Amino acid sequence: MLLDVRNLRVDFRTRDGVAHAVNGVSYHVDAGETLAVLGESGSGKSVTAQAVMGILDTPPGRISGGQILFRGQDLLKLKGEERRRIRGAGMAMIFQDALSALNPVMTVGDQLGEMFVVHRGMSRKDARAKAVELMDRVRIPAAAQRVRDHPHQFSGGMRQRIMIAMALALEPALVIADEPTTALDVTVQAQVMDLLAELQREYRMGLILITHDLGVVADVADRIVVMYAGRIVESAPVHDIYRAPAHPYTRGLLDSVPRLDLKGRQLSAIRGLPPNLVRIPPGCSFHPRCPLAQDVCRTDEPPLYEVSDGRGSACHFWRECLHGADR
Amino acid sequence: MAPTGEPILEADGLVKHYPLTRGVLFKKQIGAVKAVDGVDFTLGRGETLGIVGESGCGKSTVAKLLCSLERPTAGSIRFKGEDITRLSGRALKAVRRNIQMVFQDPYTSLNPRMTVGDIVGEPYEIHPEAAPKGDRRRRVRELLDVVGLDPEYVNRYPHQFSGGQRQRIGIARGLALRPEVIVADEPVSALDVSVQAQVINLLVRLQSEFDLSYVFIAHDLSIVRHISDRVGVMYLGRIVEIGGDAEIYDHPTHPYTQALLSAVPVPDPAARERRERIILTGDVPSPTNIPSGCRFRTRCWKAQRRCAEEVPVLAVPAAFRDTSGPAAHASACHFAEEILPAGRSAPGAVPPEGARGNGNGPG
Repeated sequence: MLLDVRNLRVDFRTRDGVAHAVNGVSYHVDAGETLAVLGESGSGKSVTAQAVMGILDTPPGRISGGQILFRGQDLLKLKGEERRRIRGAGMAMIFQDALSALNPVMTVGDQLGEMFVVHRGMSRKDARAKAVELMDRVRIPAAAQRVRDHPHQFSGGMRQRIMIAMALALEPALVIADEPTTALDVTVQAQVMDLLAELQREYRMGLILITHDLGVVADVADRIVVMYAGRIVESAPVHDIYRAPAHPYTRGLLDSVPRLDLKGRQLSAIRGLPPNLVRIPPGCSFHPRCPLAQDVCRTDEPPLYEVSDGRGSACHFWRECLHGADR
Repeated sequence: MAPTGEPILEADGLVKHYPLTRGVLFKKQIGAVKAVDGVDFTLGRGETLGIVGESGCGKSTVAKLLCSLERPTAGSIRFKGEDITRLSGRALKAVRRNIQMVFQDPYTSLNPRMTVGDIVGEPYEIHPEAAPKGDRRRRVRELLDVVGLDPEYVNRYPHQFSGGQRQRIGIARGLALRPEVIVADEPVSALDVSVQAQVINLLVRLQSEFDLSYVFIAHDLSIVRHISDRVGVMYLGRIVEIGGDAEIYDHPTHPYTQALLSAVPVPDPAARERRERIILTGDVPSPTNIPSGCRFRTRCWKAQRRCAEEVPVLAVPAAFRDTSGPAAHASACHFAEEILPAGRSAPGAVPPEGARGNGNGPG
């Protein structure tokens, strides 16, 4: 097992009180596997990833519990310098907004080359050659010339390729992609996702794909975890979850996507709003919006019930949900 | 497919160029950003026309032109037969009442220092004839109720609401003057998936309740299909294909539409292997330097010499003109008659020089 997150908890101190962003999240990724983390804003999907990468802002954030095992080693017990060595070489991250993630006053060649200078002790000249090679690898046309350009001189899709090149520079075992194509147009999104999938196969990386887009997930993921209010509500192989979701929230998400056969009819929206993380509802945090909610949901927090092998649902009524009893 | 019902809004040869100048004192025009470069369409009463396209294609500029927030460089917009691009003063104000806009970003399109009541009631300050003074408070509360917000919220401020609720406030403001046309520019793209559906349902309900006609601009193809009667596809300042929703989605005849549709991720992992995707090469050319002939040719796998020389007109292809099938809709491609894309499995379009651009023009 490449990465094993166990019962992770993250809090943020805010003006209104303590916001519980991540409340006992466990997931794991193997080499060569793509795990999709699906959730809406505020679900804790990005915060979990930031904790894994060790780039969480502390304060206001605080990891209040859990373990992050990377190749069996608990990252939370490492010192700053040891942690830094893993970041970049062992695991790397691709961010949503390449324009703000890249340094605007450095050429892309210098930014890519910096990885090799810092981690591998290469000379600047060798690092530059490596940068050109990487840009070629992510299919940036005329890489040898464009290596001297600054980020703003590239289009959105090209910038995202540079981010990918940077993440893959040291051939990390694990790559976390946080909404890598959300800022891109669909035709460019298709190019970038294709490239990412190809490189993943080639390097046999573990990939954590964080997204809110059910379509992107269906295209590339092996397994999915669905997050809501800082918890995992469903975890399953990709085919199972689309065929028959075992949690009412997952079902709600799938149903709120417009479908061909439902044109002209009401979309079945999930009622209400995601909860405020300072005041997460007791019991199952989804109960105020859930069509299946009963008294027990308001008092008892559901554990992640085993639905079948490798599949879990944090719903007291997962059987009813699975069999579509609410329809 | 022609628009159903009598036309309420007609755009004809709509052009918006933003000049690029050099020099401080003696500004010399050195070029132009051709944001909108010849757009024609007709919106029927009670109809929803969807406009899809990627960033920089000019769809938001079209929205601004329709709402008279920008004046076109050329072309006309007729509202109930009257050209509104030449109006000014009182006549322009009267027309604006009837064409209202809902904006994309509910976080920046509401004034943070105004209460919800003031925001929704502000149109009555500008158009006092729309509601007598004593009646406005009541109307605002009614509007909040109509869009599914608690009327008790009138004295709250925008920051006290979530994104979806804010978008409802923006919609209530758009409805205040009882317009006949609403231009919605990416009204749900800033919202979470579960909230998007709520807002779409609201827009559909309001359309029948208030007899509205919508121009619905978005980049999300599945949402556009859900809400639209007809759909126009824009690329680099022009509509390249327009027709009924099934005509466009099931029988696209323009290569750009075909590529766009094939690129949309489908929430069905079982379809992963079956899907044949057209991956376009390169980026959208810059709107300051539009390719000659067909503007899509630099990324098109069907492109031939003719495409560089001759601008394709937006018309029903000759072979389908007398048929009633789904292919009989307007498409601006010289090869629209070959329905199935020739190189679907091997899209090997090589972008010629000049195709490189940053594609981040006005969106």
